[in-house]
Amino acid sequence: MYDLIIFLTLMALGYIFGRIAEARHFKSIMDREKQYQHILTFSERFPPSGVSRVNSELVGGNVVISVDYFKRIVAGLRGIVGGQLTSYESLLERARREAILRMKETAKNMGANMVVNVKLETASISKGKKQQVGSVEVYAYGTALIPKTP
Amino acid sequence: MLVSNIEIIPGKKITKHLGMVQGNTVRTKHAGRDLMAGLKNIFGGELVGYTELLQEAREEATERMVSQAEAIGANAVINVRYSTSSVTAGAAELFAYGTAVILD
Repeated sequence: MYDLIIFLTLMALGYIFGRIAEARHFKSIMDREKQYQHILTFSERFPPSGVSRVNSELVGGNVVISVDYFKRIVAGLRGIVGGQLTSYESLLERARREAILRMKETAKNMGANMVVNVKLETASISKGKKQQVGSVEVYAYGTALIPKTP
Repeated sequence: MLVSNIEIIPGKKITKHLGMVQGNTVRTKHAGRDLMAGLKNIFGGELVGYTELLQEAREEATERMVSQAEAIGANAVINVRYSTSSVTAGAAELFAYGTAVILD
């Protein structure tokens, strides 16, 4: 009985706080994406042609985000019937966009105007009970090109 | 020491390739951080402790790679890649590797 109460409380807490946190996070991501829009990112291996007289510097940004209790349970249930796991999709999307933003922020502080050869790396860091993946780490890195001041 | 993950540095010429250099580190979290992470697993959200831990570990791996490059007389490491693997539960290995070169 007590177990059930604890379980339901955790579900409710996870649902409410998780939802608020996610909405807030998405809003902040969108705001900052607009703010850093002028820093161009490329996944190409070489700088765009015509770019010379620059200093290059390795920049990166990482983030570890955890999924809330409610979503984890829902994902577990979804595992029975199979299909799309929306709760983990949004988790990974948030993590990737956040990592890229942090990378851009570092680049901006160095005075760069573009980042080339951006690579994204994902790793699941902690595994909760029953080997369920609870959190993901995303690391975004690239080479910032800083224009030389003559 | 120039560290970059592109193969050609704009405006510079590679005069000598010195081969691959690498650096790694295995880190684990301490109990306090683990406790906070446990709480965050209920509410969801960013695990700041882990973010910092991994960032530190990655810097350490990069530093080791750079010191290896210095030891063989390089002045730049290009084409750097990072990789992560979990060794056991609660520990992660961060690995950085790249090509040591002498730039003009």
